[in-house]
Order: sequence, then structure tokens, then C-alpha cells
Amino acid sequence: MSDPTSPKIPVTVLTGYLGAGKTTLLNRILSENHGKKYAVIVNEFGEIGIDNDLIIGADEEVFEMNNGCVCCTVRGDLVRILDGLMKRKGKFDAIIVETTGLADPAPVAQTFFVDEDVQKNARLDAVVTVADAKWLSDRLKDAPEAKNQIAFADVIVLNKTDLVSKAELDEVEARIRAINPYAKLHRTERCQVALSDVLERGAFDLDRILEIEPEFLQAGDGHDHDHHHHDHGHDHSHDGKSAGGLKHYHDEDMQSLSLRSDKPLDATKFMPWLQNLVASEGQKILRSKGILAFSDDDDRYVFQGVHMMLEGDHQRAWKEGEPRQSRLVFIGRELPEQTIRDGFERCITT
Amino acid sequence: MKEFDPGDSAASIISVTDKVRPVAIPAPVTSVHFLGDRAAFVGAEENVFLASGAGEITPVAVHGGGILCAACDGTRLLLGSDDGKLVSLDAKGEVTPLATDAKRRWIDNVALHPDGAFAWSAGKTAFVRSGKAEEKSFEVPSTVGGLAFAPKGLRLAIAHYNGVTLWFPNMVATAEVLEWAGSHLGVTFSPDNKFLVTAMHEPALHGWRLADTRHMRMTGYPGRVRSMSWSAGGKALATSGADSVIMWPFASKDGPMGKEPAMLAPLSARVSAVACHPRQDILAAGYSDGTILMVRLTDGAEILVRRNGGAQVAGLAWNPKGTLLAYAAEDGDSGLLEL
Repeated sequence: MSDPTSPKIPVTVLTGYLGAGKTTLLNRILSENHGKKYAVIVNEFGEIGIDNDLIIGADEEVFEMNNGCVCCTVRGDLVRILDGLMKRKGKFDAIIVETTGLADPAPVAQTFFVDEDVQKNARLDAVVTVADAKWLSDRLKDAPEAKNQIAFADVIVLNKTDLVSKAELDEVEARIRAINPYAKLHRTERCQVALSDVLERGAFDLDRILEIEPEFLQAGDGHDHDHHHHDHGHDHSHDGKSAGGLKHYHDEDMQSLSLRSDKPLDATKFMPWLQNLVASEGQKILRSKGILAFSDDDDRYVFQGVHMMLEGDHQRAWKEGEPRQSRLVFIGRELPEQTIRDGFERCITT
Repeated sequence: MKEFDPGDSAASIISVTDKVRPVAIPAPVTSVHFLGDRAAFVGAEENVFLASGAGEITPVAVHGGGILCAACDGTRLLLGSDDGKLVSLDAKGEVTPLATDAKRRWIDNVALHPDGAFAWSAGKTAFVRSGKAEEKSFEVPSTVGGLAFAPKGLRLAIAHYNGVTLWFPNMVATAEVLEWAGSHLGVTFSPDNKFLVTAMHEPALHGWRLADTRHMRMTGYPGRVRSMSWSAGGKALATSGADSVIMWPFASKDGPMGKEPAMLAPLSARVSAVACHPRQDILAAGYSDGTILMVRLTDGAEILVRRNGGAQVAGLAWNPKGTLLAYAAEDGDSGLLEL
């Protein structure tokens, strides 16, 4: 649960490829009768006007950190703007950052991991990606940015569903699920989505990493299987397996990988392994999350990460009768699956 | 041995807390300056609060939004805001509008030249206005992180991503670029005009010796350096960002190259503001736990000005004669000390 007394301002990041409907969603959020005031950081003063008192134009400046790590990038403009906005604390309840259609969400998210002052005053709530039901499948083929935005998302608003047939819609959803089975997905026309589905998600709140099950499994047949157990070596889409009524694709270069163990993990082996993994493969790993059961530890340990940056903490005691199962999820590009699986196996106590 | 008293270590510090005149600013404060002998407390938004020696507070409306930057030369206080305006405030409380950004962009930085010229920035553009001369502008490759005038001549240092641009607004010559990878957010010239130092987004300072642009890396800080102050005569640069005041030596021709900094007044809190006395080898240091100390540079002797337990110290200032010290805490709980 998020702490209602927490003075940290929630920040929602709105991404999506050009023309998917980001500004439509933004205007919906702003015009809804929610009694809240938003500060909006936009990068394109587009043709569609935005009706809000506090709009800040940003330059989307991606800065490399001076630590020799090419994926450690932050949004320099956000550091500056959030710093300035904090002088007006009390004038707004939340911040929405709309990125350009070609933006990589990682530097935005990493800004919240890296910058001390940003961390002190604001918290990343969720990355919301608006996708165009008609054109997303094409963009996933020709635009790496679009794929990044889907892979990175906590919430996906699959928009313009009225422009495609049911079969086309299932097709594009299956394509999305091949990349990111964990995001909450909402099918919408003109971004008609409940605001509670896109705001105050707490997706980066360690206390709210409650479940990291693929969403289509929950919604689907409830059959508890790990879809990554079957062969990954093929490079074509296949329709062989059905889950939750959806076709099942594999994306050629962006995948998710889930690991689980019913036996406790050895913290002295796991922590160095995880740190080493993100240090060596962090460029490929876009997002990571985990709930962990360590031997000789009665607390659940939770972690999350963006590329090489990790944060983790003891969350709460395991409940009576709760299965002490460790679960990890990685979403990334060309993940070295077997290496990760083997490394993880070696962290399980015997 | 029940009479044995190990002594309260805090009690061994000389305290002047009872001599401080409290100034309760009714708003969050981000910095403090002196206009003559009147302290000007800069609110986080809209107002500056002028305080006289008697502790009387006069609010002055200066902006229609958040106040993002301030620069003061003792007679004028220049303030830039997210309302896109730059204004000047004098000791009488008179506000003079100086500039309005055509696109209503945020005025992120401001700097004052001893001869009256001033500079400000919005986005990637730095502007200079001097005397009767027309306004001039210069665009750098990324958003301006900081501005500083050189102590001699009309020369402006513009800090940005991957370096600093040195611009002579009145000369046709192309600007000189001092490169160093990373985001530079604050900039200052040494008073002898020999060195340029930037505070970076990462917890480090970077410096250049201007004669040969030799680099100086000043690292080891646990946090970003947000406050820098040159000691009287420019012999050393005092900085915030660590749990003690870090003083880099600049007295020799090599500056801090190959030298260790002095570490003064260590506490178990982060230094958030520093201000060196204008004439003597004394500085005031404010901390994240609200503590304020006066420190003698020669031997590190400390005097307690404000106890811990209050809000983080947002700003410190001496009047030009060095007879008054003003401090501002983030929540407005401020004070004046006459020496």
C-alpha cells in the first residue's frame, strides 16, 4: 500500500508511438472530474491543445552518467524541471510526463533511481503505454522504439479498437503479450479507460509488488504453467499453444523470462548473482522484478530494476500458510535465457 | 561514582544561539541575500520577504509563480521565475521588471556582473544585458545549467551538458568551450580569474585552470554539491554535499591539483549551505538536520548558531561588511545574527 501521508509526488509516464493517442489520454485525465491538479510535462506542443494550468515544455535531454555504463542514462531536463516544480509543492497533486513518440522510457525511469533530489520529492508511479490497435503490429516490426515502449510498460492502453476486427485485435494483443505478458492491458476506443486503471498504480512501489503473474494466465484458463519452459530456439511465430484464448507468439528479439523456485534461495549466492547479472547483461534487461524467499529469513524480500539499476528491500513477514515461493521476472532484448536459468538454479539451497 | 558526569559534548561548543533574532518567514524559503543591511529571504514562490534588523518582515510580491533562481550584489537582487520573467528588487522593496521570455519559458539561471551587467537563461539560450548596450543572446547545445560572470571583463561562463562555454558577449570571436563529460549544473570563477569550477549532476566538482584549461577533478562527495562559496580573498572554495564542509585550496598556481581538501565541522548530517565571511577567515555552514555552525578556517574552531532538529538549512548570507549573518531554513524558520 502506498503511504497516504507520504509527501512524495506520484509521477506517471505516458509513452506511445506517434499517433497512438497519448494526448487524447492526457486530455481525458485532465478533463475528468477528479478534483486533482496535475502538473504536465510535455515534449511536443502538438496540434492538439492541452487544457491545463501547469504545462511545462521539456527538451527530452538524455544524459549519460559518468560511470562508464552506456545504459545509465537519465533525463537531464526532468531533473531540472522536477527540481523547479518542487518549489510549487501544494499547487498540484501529481505529475504526468508525456514523452515523444520515439522516446525510450528507460532514461525517464532511471532518473528516479539515480537522482537523490528527485527521489526525495517524487516517486515514479507507472509507465503507461498507449498503443494503436491498427498499426502497432506493423510498428513492432519496423520501430524498435515501439517495442521498447511495450516492453517497458506497466499499463498498456490498446487504443482505437473500433478500427480493427476482433481477430485483428486478438492478433495485436498476442503480439503485445509475446513481449510483455505482465502489464495490465486495457482495450479502449478514444482512450476511454478508467483513470484508476492508469493513475496511482504504484507499479514501482516495492510494497506493491504483490503478484508478478503473467496477466493473460490470470485472465485465461488459470492453468498454472510457465510458458517459457518450451523451446525458445525457434525464430518464427507459432500458434501451437493457446492461453486465455489468445494466440501465443514469440517475439524474435524481445522476451520475458520468468523463474521460480519452491525451495528457498541462498541470499549469499543470490545477491551477488543478481548484481553481477544486471552489471553484465543490464543493457539487455529492460525491467526486472522479484519476490524472494531466502533460507533462514522469515521476511519476503522484493526487488525491482531498470537496466543496471536495482532496488530491493525486505517487504514483510511471510504469512502463515503462504507458500514461500521465489518468483522473478525479466523483460529484455535477446536475454541469455539458459545462462540466467543456470545461474538462478545455483542460488537455490539444496 | 554516581557524581561522575561524562559531560555533554555539545556543551563544550561555544554557542551564540541566544543571540540569534528569529525571523519567522510564513512560507518555504529557498535562499537568503543581503540588500544593504536588510536581509531578503527568497520564497519558493511569488514573494521575497525583507527583514530589517528589528526583525520586522515585509513581503514583496515579485513573481506569479515559483522562483527558480536568484543573484545578488548587495544592492540589487535579481530573481527569475517559472512565470517567464526576470525582475530586480532593491533594498526599498521596489520591483523592476527586467525581461519577459517571449515563449514564457522558465528563467532557470541568473548572474550579476560587478559593473551592473546581468545575464539569465531560458532553455538552451543565455542572454546578457549590459549598461546601454543592447541585449545579446547565445545558444548552447543543451539546457543551461548555470551562469557566472568572470570577475574581469564582460565574459560569461555558461554551464551545460558536457562542458562550459565561455562567451564574450561584446566580441565577435567564437566562444571557447571547455569540455568535460557529464551534466554541469553550477559554475563559479575564482576571484583571481584563474580558475573555473562547476558543480556537476553527479556528486563531484570539475575545474579548469583557465590559462591552459588543465582539468581538475574534485570527487568523493556523497551528495550533489548545491552550495559553493569562495573564502575571503579567494584562497579556498567551500562546498556543501558531504557531512563536513569540504574546502578546496586555490591559493597556489596549481589550485587544488594534487592536493587534499580540508574537511571542517564534521557532523552526522549533510552540509546543505555554505557562506564564507566577506573579509575574515570564517564561514557559516548549514546542515540537513537544521544545525548551523560558524567555523574558523585556520583551526576549525566551531561556534553553534542554530541547534539541530529544525528543517534543512536552505541558505546563508553575510552582509557586505560581514557584521550580520542571515540564515533561512526550508520551512521558513529563519534568523539573523549580529556579530
